[in-house]
Amino acid sequence: MTQRAGARTVLGPDEIGRALTRIAHEILEANHGADDLVLLGIPTRGVHLAQRLADRLADITGIGFADRVGALDVTMHRDDLRGRPTRAPQPTRVPAAGVDDRVVVLVDDVLYSGRTIRAALDALADLGRPRVVRLAALVDRGHRELPIRADFVGKNLPSARSEHVRILLDEVDGADAVTIEDGAA
Amino acid sequence: MRHLLTASMPRDEAIGLLDLAEDMHQIQDRELKKLPALRGRTVVNLFFEDSTRTRSSFEIAGKWLSADVINVSGKGSSVSKGESLRDTGLTIAAMGVDGVVVRSGASGAPALLADWIGRPVVNAGDGTHEHPTQALLDAFALRRRIHGGAARGKALDGVRVAIVGDIAHSRVARSNALLLPALGAEVTLVGPPPLLPPAAADGSRLGVRAEPSLDRVIDERPDALMLLRVQLERQAGKVAPSAAEYITGWSLTDERLARLGDAHLLHPGPMNRGLELSSRAADSDRSAILEQVTAGVSVRMAVLYSLLASDHPSAELGGAR
Amino acid sequence: MTTLLTGAAVLGGEPRDLAIEGDALVDPSAIDRDRAEVIDASGLIALPGLVDLHAHLRQPGGEQAETVASGVRAAAAGGFTCVFAMANTNPVADTPAVVEQVHRLGLEAGLATVRPIGAVTVGLAGERLADMTMLARSAARVTVFSDDGHCVHDAELMRRALEHAAALDAVVAQHAQDPALTRGAVMHEGPLSAELGLGGWPSVAEASIVARDAMLAELAGARLHVCHVSTAETVEVVRAAKARGVRITAEVAPHHLLLTEDLVRSYDARFKVNPPLRTDADVRALREALADGTIDIVATDHAPHAPEAKLTAFADAAFGMVGLETALSVVQMAMVETGLMDWAGVARAMSTTPAAIGREPGYDAPLEVGASAHVVLVDPAARAVVEERHLRGRSANSPYLGRELPGRVLHVWHAGRRTLADGRIVTEEVGR
Ligand SMILES: [Zn+2]
Repeated sequence: MTQRAGARTVLGPDEIGRALTRIAHEILEANHGADDLVLLGIPTRGVHLAQRLADRLADITGIGFADRVGALDVTMHRDDLRGRPTRAPQPTRVPAAGVDDRVVVLVDDVLYSGRTIRAALDALADLGRPRVVRLAALVDRGHRELPIRADFVGKNLPSARSEHVRILLDEVDGADAVTIEDGAA
Repeated sequence: MRHLLTASMPRDEAIGLLDLAEDMHQIQDRELKKLPALRGRTVVNLFFEDSTRTRSSFEIAGKWLSADVINVSGKGSSVSKGESLRDTGLTIAAMGVDGVVVRSGASGAPALLADWIGRPVVNAGDGTHEHPTQALLDAFALRRRIHGGAARGKALDGVRVAIVGDIAHSRVARSNALLLPALGAEVTLVGPPPLLPPAAADGSRLGVRAEPSLDRVIDERPDALMLLRVQLERQAGKVAPSAAEYITGWSLTDERLARLGDAHLLHPGPMNRGLELSSRAADSDRSAILEQVTAGVSVRMAVLYSLLASDHPSAELGGAR
Repeated sequence: MTTLLTGAAVLGGEPRDLAIEGDALVDPSAIDRDRAEVIDASGLIALPGLVDLHAHLRQPGGEQAETVASGVRAAAAGGFTCVFAMANTNPVADTPAVVEQVHRLGLEAGLATVRPIGAVTVGLAGERLADMTMLARSAARVTVFSDDGHCVHDAELMRRALEHAAALDAVVAQHAQDPALTRGAVMHEGPLSAELGLGGWPSVAEASIVARDAMLAELAGARLHVCHVSTAETVEVVRAAKARGVRITAEVAPHHLLLTEDLVRSYDARFKVNPPLRTDADVRALREALADGTIDIVATDHAPHAPEAKLTAFADAAFGMVGLETALSVVQMAMVETGLMDWAGVARAMSTTPAAIGREPGYDAPLEVGASAHVVLVDPAARAVVEERHLRGRSANSPYLGRELPGRVLHVWHAGRRTLADGRIVTEEVGR
């Protein structure tokens, strides 16, 4: 558990679970079923969120989703590589059937400036040509710098730029929580 | 400033580079083999010595990362007309390039250029000194052979590798003798005694085992055999044996191949079939030779990405300068 | 004109006065003190003018790196009053015309005596003996013969050269390097050369030639001088030859007393020299050999090179380092400050003995009344980081740049004439 002192919890484990379940239902509704659905998580936490959504979709539909979930690394497509220390890319895993003509749902933990999603759309274009691309984010904290919006949002969390929004997941951090803390701290 | 001048590097760093190369390797299966990571960057391949293979491999690696790649040949240019190495380096740096890949017949030339030009330098082979990207690609191909799809994060602990040929004059052998032990492998250098490192070299950083007899090494059933390109004409008569003597003692013949068991075969290319190894050995399913070529691009992409993607890289690539 | 040096530690001993009158040292108690220029030499060491048996002044043919005139400036700055100029010029010093030209350039330059060394073989090619007798009888009166830069490898030629030398009371100074064992060699052969991928120069390539030459010298009854001994193995060979009574002398270069091959790790060609920098064990053996007299002298092997000859890959760069300006400081650091040698020993190794080997008169009674006034005053307590501005020759290929060295040569008199005052070259014109 790596929650810091001074951080306020805005979502607990139960709320996160409920938000993901709701998103899973919304995805099915928007797609009129599970046909052609592929979930691609953006590392690191988006990958785990995509897996959780896949588990829920499997529960709801009774269809196996193991071969419909993957990971999409965007490091190579970022526009801020020069200005930051060298980033190590994470693996990209694409389901064997590929993304051509599929309905790809990109999954990320926080939607903020939109630059990560811009990079993800570029990375996705290198892999093939999906029929539809949608975006699911656990938290949308605003402050977009590009014309990008999410189709499925767990929670809208208006925040100041100076604040830090942190997503903690059991798989990585030992517990589920969304916290917010003052940037001046 | 980060450079890759030597294959001598800490284990973690070597594994990190090999893992990065795995990421780069993925795109080779794609239709669109292009990543935008080095868009706007210019890489110069400064080759004072001809090597179409290595130059092409770096060129493809740079292009797949979207860098602009320019080839400058030392041969026939002002370099061979007496311009000093330093002037050549400064001239190229002044053109606003972001990184320089150097191949030179002179040991240490990339290290000097790294000091002089203030740009990241990659050693693409210097004299009889080192060829670090070759060692990295050898390690990459071998790691994939041994660990398959689960290679990421793994080293080569306990893997026994014999390197066969003109060890004394081989930059490939030298870099492998530095890198493979860092990854946990046990390296034996095999070759005619005059082509093994001088006895005085015991106790150097190349202090790996040397063994003149290939047959004895084969009896030990190594996990991998790396056969170096042999250029007998270079030292004809003095220190090198005749081709016939070399084949008798150090060629991977069909007979030796049969005794070798299931060791993986590596060769940096280009091969002299019948001299370093038989055609049957080269074409056998034990041969990882074509995988090495593919690995070369991935490893060089990893190196270029590590050195050039960020303006604020944190540490030196490769250990001691 | 009389100059009185007061309170100098003569040869490092108790402070006393020295007096220079004309070109000779005179009794300080017998001079008119009121009319003398007095220099307070308290705290300074007085040494005889230094004699370098091995320097490359590059003229004729290599004037972009050094000239006789620039070379003697470097010499004066380093406390030298006599320099033997090596024969590997272009044209080679294998004819009376060339050695007489160098001799004349030395007289014109002043500052120090320049003694041309004659080539052993025509063009240093190792095929045919130069006219050694004619060189000896020329106006340049050659007494030292050397193909330095090349080894006189042919044993027959070396034998005949020694026989000529014996008849001329000259000495053959051999650059001992078996060419067959050192093809492509650019640094000491050992673990480091294997690691750096640079061609190795094995110690045996030096020692084996010295062993052969010692036997040839014995056969010819001649004097043999071994240039720049660099290895412990060679020290053993010289020691054995001396014990046997062979007329052999040996020199060591300052850099071999202080620097080791580890510097080559940088691939910086300033550290490329022939013979190469060797190991710590070799440095220790050379220091001991100089201290016990097995090695007779220190000679600089001053080898200036234009910058472009060094700003290139190690294997492609020229061999050699400048050394005249720094030699005494290096010897102070390596020999005096380590307690291996006293200042009287330094005077022997850098003045009296090299003059005797080269048959240069005027150095056999250092700083004694009546002797030639070749005098050096050194401040042993000074320490300074070597910078390019300290180098007075035309080239700056010093391995000591950026390194702190002890001692500073302050004043030099060459045959009574001031050549260095407070560390500055005295540039008045001199007559012939
Ligand atoms: Zn020499």
